[in-house]
This record gives sequence, C-alpha cells and structure tokens, in this order.
Amino acid sequence: MEYFGKRWHDMGGDPAGDINPDQHDFALWEKRVDALMVLSSAKGLMNTDSLRRVLEDMGPDAYETMSYYERWIASVTQNMVEAGAFSPEELAAKMEAVKQRGGTYGAAT
Amino acid sequence: MKVQVADRWPPGHIRTPGYLRGKIGEVERSCGPFNNPEQNAYRLPADSRELIRVRFTMAEIWGADAERPDDILEAEIYSHWLTPLD
Amino acid sequence: MPHDHLSPSGHPYRADNDAPLTYWQTMEIAVRELLIEKGHITAEDVHAQIDAMDARSPAMGAAVVARAWTDADFKRQLLDDGSAACRDMGFDIGPMHLIALENTADIHNVVVCTLCSCYPRNLLGLPPDWYKSREYRSRTVREPRKVLAEFGLTLPDTVTVRVHDSTADMRYLVVPARPAGTEGLDADALAALVTRDSMIGVGIAKQPGA
Repeated sequence: MEYFGKRWHDMGGDPAGDINPDQHDFALWEKRVDALMVLSSAKGLMNTDSLRRVLEDMGPDAYETMSYYERWIASVTQNMVEAGAFSPEELAAKMEAVKQRGGTYGAAT
Repeated sequence: MKVQVADRWPPGHIRTPGYLRGKIGEVERSCGPFNNPEQNAYRLPADSRELIRVRFTMAEIWGADAERPDDILEAEIYSHWLTPLD
Repeated sequence: MPHDHLSPSGHPYRADNDAPLTYWQTMEIAVRELLIEKGHITAEDVHAQIDAMDARSPAMGAAVVARAWTDADFKRQLLDDGSAACRDMGFDIGPMHLIALENTADIHNVVVCTLCSCYPRNLLGLPPDWYKSREYRSRTVREPRKVLAEFGLTLPDTVTVRVHDSTADMRYLVVPARPAGTEGLDADALAALVTRDSMIGVGIAKQPGA
C-alpha cells in the first residue's frame, strides 16, 4: 500500500461488531436537509460525488460523532460555498440572525 | 471476459473499494457511460467512462479467510480501473 | 422506553421542534433561507421535494415485486431494465438507474454500499439506519452469511450468496422468491408479503398469515 492508502470511509471487509437494528423516524429538519441536497443538485450547484467527497474529507471523527443529516448539512453547506451560492460571511450573518429568533428549531425556522 | 482491478492508491474521491484493488474477476455486464466521479466530485468537467459490473469469487477477494469460497461478490468498477486479461 | 415516547410507526421520535436548537439545525435553516433569497430554489420546491420523498416507501417496491411474481413479461422487463419497468408502472423514480436481482432456489442476492450508503431511495424511500452503519457496511462483503443470520435468515448450503456492493451509479432491488402456497392471492395480497428487508436481501418474503 502506498502513501495514500485505504481511506476511513472505504469500510468493506473491516472488522466490526453486531448490527444494531434500531430505527428512528426522520425529523422535519432532516427531511429538509435531504431536500436541499436534491434541489441544489438539480440546480447544478453540487452533485452526488461532490456530496460524498466532502463527507469523506470530513474524516472518521465526524462519522462517529455527528448524525447522518448533521454530516449532510455540513457537506451541502461546504458545497454551496464552493459553488459560490453564498459566501461564508453571508452564512455567518444568517446563522446569527436565525439564532436570535428563539431557542428551538420550531421557533427559529 | 476476465479483468483485473488496478492496484492503485491515489488521493481524492475514488469509487473503487480498497478490498477489490488488484483482484481478478469476470465482467458481468456493462452499465453504460457515466461521468467520471473522480472529476465530478470536484466539479471539474468530467470525462465519460464506461461503468462495468465485475463478478468476483469470495475466494479471490479474501483467500483462505473467505466465509465461503464460492459465494459471489459483484461491484461496479469504472473502465479506467480495469485491465482485460483475455 | 415507555410506549408514549414512540411514534405511530413504533420508532422513537427524533428530537426536533421542541428541543434546544442545535448548531447544525441553525445551519440548515440558514442555508435554506440563503438559497431561497438568492433565487436558487423556492420554499415551494422544498415542500414539494419533501412530499415526493415521503410518498416513496417500500410499498412501491413491493408493488413492483408482486407484479413480477404474477406477470412473466413484466418480470423479464424488470430484470432487463429495472428503471423502465418501474416507470411503466407509473412510479416517479427520478433519474435512478435500477438493476433488479432475482432470488432463485440457488441464488440469494443481498445489497450493501461499503463506500457510503447508496440505496434505491427513489423507489423504497430513505434507507434504514442500520444500512448506513459501519457494522453493515464493513461486514456484509466479508461474512454475508453471518450478517444474514443476525437478521434471522440462515441459508442452506445449496444456496450461493451473491453480494452486490453498490459502489457507483446503479441502485439495486432484490426480487425475493414468491412464497409457496400463494397461488390464489392477487397482486395487493402478494405485495403485503414483500418486506423492505426482503428487497435489500437481508430477509425473505413473508408467508401468508404470518
């Protein structure tokens, strides 16, 4: 194996424990993240490969500590910045404004 | 047709799983042309590459460790990762 | 966990509208609003896309499988071009490229995505949590029989396991074997026997009355 060896997301064949069959229902904010990925892809701002590329570059800690749609919104957001859909400065200002609206998702959305 | 998956380990976004690199299998079917994800992932103009389903035996992939040697694994591999052997 | 903490589907609710706003939820709201303000998408687009995804469920796949069990010409079409067959049934599967895989007396198919979590979401809806887990992604290509046994499926030695690693642009639908003793059932009754897990390949179709 050369310098760029097997990457963390390339899991096929790795040892791992029992499969946990627990299931959760998707929350509205998770469905919205999913929709943002599909819609911004349809607009040519990103694509499935660019979504995955950012997820892979986020590394194994993100996979272990963040939920699926937390990782997705992180990747979608980086893709939007890369595509020039908005700037990091605009994102920061908007996130601050959202936070001021209230302490729950229902109040802030 | 018999093909061998390239045993390459480049950086970047790659859709060829590590556990199949260097392994030999049989072409199962062609899935037609798709944008090369290695360029698409970076929003670069993407070349069109044939996507091929390759069939491997578990014995070829895992050797003596195979759970059952004659079980089968199939995966989609882009043509630029495959070398024809016959 | 007491039953009043479970949703009608029997699953725990996810902390959402009433829980403290998280950093990532804040980011979702901000990104959505910025994309709308800049004219890339509309609020209506978001509603419509959520509705479209909510409408997709294993019931769509089950209808496809039941039709394949009862219509030999359709089964041939499905195995030849899965996407076209689903569209012919009137299902909006978007741009998805679907390959249907038939279980037989000799072959059992099972689907995994080792590199991420590719899934035929435009037919079956969003994937179950375990499909995206490190455990399923890592082990299914190496010890599929042990994985299937964990799902309660022990295959006879005469059956070959055919694992499909969904590595790139194709998505997969397993067509489970039609259970014995179902000759008199119509397509709706047959579809009720087709579980999500049987279409991923970690289960088989239910017996009538089971």
